[in-house]
Amino acid sequence: MREQAELAIDIEGVDFSYESRQILADVNLRIDANDSICIVGPNGGGKTTLVKLMIGLLIPDRGRIKIFGRKVEEGNRLIGYVPQYAEYDKQFPISVKEVVCMGRLGNSIFNRYSRSDWEKTMTALREVRLEEYADRPFAALSGGQRQRVLIARALAAGGKILILDEPTANIDQEAESHLFELLEMLNTRMTILMVTHDVGFASKFFKRIACVNRRVVIHPTSELTGELIKDMYGGDLRMIRHDHTCSEEGHHHE
Amino acid sequence: MSEFLAALLDPSLPFIRYAFITGILASIPFGIIGTYVVVRRISYIAGAISHCILGGIGIGLYLQNAVGISWFTPLLGAVFVALLAAVVLSLVSMFAKQREDSVIGALWASGMGIGLLFLAKTPGYVDPMSYLFGNILLITRTDIFLVLALDVLVVGVIVLFYNVFLAVCFDDEFAGLRGIHTRWFYLVLLCLTALTIVLLVRVVGIVMVIALLTLPAAIAGNFASSIKQMMLLSMVLCCIFILSGLSTSYVLDLPSGPVIIVIAAGVYLTVVVGAKLLAHRST
Repeated sequence: MREQAELAIDIEGVDFSYESRQILADVNLRIDANDSICIVGPNGGGKTTLVKLMIGLLIPDRGRIKIFGRKVEEGNRLIGYVPQYAEYDKQFPISVKEVVCMGRLGNSIFNRYSRSDWEKTMTALREVRLEEYADRPFAALSGGQRQRVLIARALAAGGKILILDEPTANIDQEAESHLFELLEMLNTRMTILMVTHDVGFASKFFKRIACVNRRVVIHPTSELTGELIKDMYGGDLRMIRHDHTCSEEGHHHE
Repeated sequence: MSEFLAALLDPSLPFIRYAFITGILASIPFGIIGTYVVVRRISYIAGAISHCILGGIGIGLYLQNAVGISWFTPLLGAVFVALLAAVVLSLVSMFAKQREDSVIGALWASGMGIGLLFLAKTPGYVDPMSYLFGNILLITRTDIFLVLALDVLVVGVIVLFYNVFLAVCFDDEFAGLRGIHTRWFYLVLLCLTALTIVLLVRVVGIVMVIALLTLPAAIAGNFASSIKQMMLLSMVLCCIFILSGLSTSYVLDLPSGPVIIVIAAGVYLTVVVGAKLLAHRST
């Protein structure tokens, strides 16, 4: 019983199709608390669908999903979801702290923010090291900073799971390494899932890799090889690793 | 200008006073709702609702004059049809995401078509021009009280649920994850928009409603750093446009609706071009 409670996300036999096209088939995925998993796969392979099923934006045709032993409708309050920042209207007049405080919604009927809501907002901003930007317009920040604001919003919600959708798209190398440090720190108390295209980034930080292409297969990061990646993307693909230097022949695996 | 002030105080010309007071009071919901329409990018939805209103007005006039149901006024018809359009459009945005624009277009045109057919079958001559382009002579004392009621409704709902509407407009997916019933709030927003448009039609007419709803908010968006500021600024701008338009149209003997819109559009263009030029010079 206790073991059950330690599972952050438990997916069993889930199918999902959209307009009679099957996107996901018989997905089984068990994610422990404080695990770190990166979700990779070809476009249209079902990565985003998988995430949307976990947070309850989509409902599976078959199978069940539990978040910390609870049904998705209740359990998804424990998930901090970080969408791509590029989807936001750049002209929307809103300050950084107003964005972050949205994480405190859903705690009362009229959703008026209390003093403690604002305190939690500032704590979350401190954690992503953007507290001095609290009163700045959200639109005036750089891509990497906006990404961190959205992470702060998820943190302000006080969840135990963080799900990020393509956070490394459209941000520069430096912002990416900041993001990586932040995730490492958060991983000590939170389960982290990240959808990404950047396999080099993935191999550095994540404990496991979930390859999503209609089916979901989990691999430990140590098994990540050219062969595996080829399988994942199902085609001819050249991988460029830019996170460390290696010899001309590549690595030797024992 | 003194001519206009004299007319404003002239007891034999009450309609000018009514128009003036209505303009001031109506700026409040226009500023608030206009801001949401602009930031949520639903001005085409607002346009469809406003054009549907002609259908409601037509049905009202027909029922009153041809059928003899005297309590079914054109205003009642307009409110009914506008709310119906709001419900239909919010259902469409839920269930037919890709084809939303087609449905908007269909509602837009069929609302007008139905209205014109009813007007054609209504005995006596009804001039659709005053509904299409506004006519301050249509504003009565009752309208002032209706606008006051709308002020209370809109301000009350928005003050109570300010944070929720902000979240629904900025990121409804996330708001939904926090347990907010985003679809209901979107429906409430569209219904408030519909009621606001019904009253706005009195001032500038069906065709020009979108302009008066969105131009003040679009101008304010260039200066505001929060939704609250944007609302207050667009209320002030809306009030200035209506009052200056009314007085100019009186002095120059021009129709008031088009004058109001031309002033608003002129200021909008100036601000947009000015902001571009400033940005260009500073780089």
